[in-house]
Amino acid sequence: MTLLHPRHRSALVFIACLALFTIGVTLAAQFGLVSTSFVKTLGKTLCLCLAALAMDLLWGYAGILSLGHMAFFALGGYMIGMWLMYARTEEIVVAALANGGLPATPEEVLQGIATQIFGVVGASDLPAIWSFAHSLPLQLALVVAVPGVLALVFGWLAFRSRVTGVYLSILTQAMTLALALYLFQNDSGLRGNNGLSGLQNLPGVTAGQDAVSLWFFWASAAALVVAYLGLHAIVSGKFGSVIRAIRDDEARVRFLGYSVEGYKLFVFTLTAVICALAGALYYPQAGIINPAELAPIASIYLAVWVAIGGRGRLYGAVIGAALVSLLSSWFTGGRVPSIPLGFGTLHWVDWWLVLLGLTFVCVTLFAPKGIGGLFDRFAGVHSPDRKGAALGPDQGALMEQEAKQ
Amino acid sequence: MSALLEVSGVTVSFDGFRAINNLTFAIGAAELRAIIGPNGAGKSTFMDIVTGKTRPDSGSVTFGEKSVSLLKLSEAQIARAGIGRKFQRPTVFEDQTVRENLTLALKAARSPWAVLVWRKSAADEARIVTLAEQVGLGDRLEQKAGILSHGQKQWLEIAMLLAQEPKLLLVDEPAAGMTLAEREKTTELLVDIAKTRAVVVVEHDMDFVRRLNCKVTVLHEGAVLAEGSLDHVTKNQTVIDVYLGRG
Ligand SMILES: Nc1ncnc2c1ncn2[C@@H]1O[C@H](COP(=O)(O)OP(=O)(O)O)[C@@H](O)[C@H]1O
Ligand SMILES: [Mg+2]
Repeated sequence: MTLLHPRHRSALVFIACLALFTIGVTLAAQFGLVSTSFVKTLGKTLCLCLAALAMDLLWGYAGILSLGHMAFFALGGYMIGMWLMYARTEEIVVAALANGGLPATPEEVLQGIATQIFGVVGASDLPAIWSFAHSLPLQLALVVAVPGVLALVFGWLAFRSRVTGVYLSILTQAMTLALALYLFQNDSGLRGNNGLSGLQNLPGVTAGQDAVSLWFFWASAAALVVAYLGLHAIVSGKFGSVIRAIRDDEARVRFLGYSVEGYKLFVFTLTAVICALAGALYYPQAGIINPAELAPIASIYLAVWVAIGGRGRLYGAVIGAALVSLLSSWFTGGRVPSIPLGFGTLHWVDWWLVLLGLTFVCVTLFAPKGIGGLFDRFAGVHSPDRKGAALGPDQGALMEQEAKQ
Repeated sequence: MSALLEVSGVTVSFDGFRAINNLTFAIGAAELRAIIGPNGAGKSTFMDIVTGKTRPDSGSVTFGEKSVSLLKLSEAQIARAGIGRKFQRPTVFEDQTVRENLTLALKAARSPWAVLVWRKSAADEARIVTLAEQVGLGDRLEQKAGILSHGQKQWLEIAMLLAQEPKLLLVDEPAAGMTLAEREKTTELLVDIAKTRAVVVVEHDMDFVRRLNCKVTVLHEGAVLAEGSLDHVTKNQTVIDVYLGRG
């Protein structure tokens, strides 16, 4: 398995492009050509690409259309946000109490932190779920553990009862909605609809946001590279072959002796953890997280990105997520000139979603392989156009003809 | 000789209709057996029961030297215990190459972790090439299974079965859609395989069954009607009435 094998070419090209992009953005930031907030937007976009990679493994390769994976993304954000908010508040409280002359007791500090964080929801005690928030390593472990265990339990229940297809999609929507509704409550222990804020301020760091934004941009790029290489290794090996087989004919895979449910659970949980890590990198750049981030629509967007980019190929997912989310922030940012029509004005802030929806419908109908399919066209790879029909038996000869075209 | 597979007193009903009715069947460790019977006799349902796809209402199914009951095992566990199945319509993974199809089937640990770290050894590669050559697909390893002809798909599926190295092979209508030459080759292959393991073949084509030259079980309305050599069962008056007489 040499690195220069044609099978690995796409991964090499991807990494080269990402490296050039990272260097370019870094230089542009150093020379003041791009704003700090734009660097943050790009860093956040890389995190969304990471989540889309996970979604592609899950949907494009294993055929499991989860419409709830952004819940894991947000949970990852909440877990890192708890530490960021706690540690930052601790600094402020200690500094404030120090002004009083006497050194503050640990109880006073703890009480100060609790009132600072939970004053907005009318509470003054730290809920039990904040027990680990004082420790970065513990809270980092929770970034993986909380979404991981949730995915494991949810997946186990769903796959064990052989829930598939649209029923599974609906179930995952229900899961993310239920979580969002729970977090909206003030006594959920995560500040209800206020969410966690001030996450862009790293405790103990004196560097300005211009430097911090670059650090997170680099970290996001590094995470994307590591995940891309890891997932590329997975999908180009036997594991990838098994999950594609499950996508195409899961009953047959069972009769080969593979535990289909075990594989689904594995992929579901692995992708949930990748989403959680992406979220843990995203929200410090966004600065704020609230339960609206777990809204069912967020997970639907994730699926739309992957579909537009081209599912079943890793670079497709990245292209789709980057393109659509950047366009989306451009259109909804209010900087795109409105188009005056005779009878009214077309405001992009309102009409962007309609445009996105239309694009999605068109891609589904006319380019089922998404943007990634364009690369096939350049490479001269043809695939039979059978409108999604199975490549049934007795059509062998026809298939050969099609392949030669 | 103790049996490899023992099915006794098995009954299955679908919405009150008895597809399998108090069926008893046994096959030895290196035996070739043909099952014949009219359409709807329950031949495919019998295979569904043995492979765990359908759960019987009553009766027992045991397999192997230790006579493990198959009724509590999942489809995947039954396959890992050593039962391979070829479906009536060819089911190969059309979007994957012949090599990938064979690699999937190759006997190896099946858990996600084991598959994740699995690397193809030289022996594995040699085995894949041998199997592909055995079914005449030696020069098609890199092609997608979807572009193979119907008969070639049937053979690829047989090669996948062999790659699994099962103790018992259940083969449902292998000759369907094959040319005469392909059928003859398939017969040879099955007879050869049955020298080292048990093979159950469901087939309609009497010439095909004759060439298999083995013990025959006639199924009718979910139960065994007759059993013995082909000549023996074709002389049986009830068999002639319900099955042969119609053709
Ligand atoms: N899943 C099912 N639900 C209802 N009826 C079934 C099912 N599977 C098989 N049957 C019925 O059981 C009978 C036996 O079918 P089958 O085993 O496929 O026959 P064959 O001997 O032709 O392979 C048929 O009458 C069929 O309609
Ligand atoms: Mg049948």
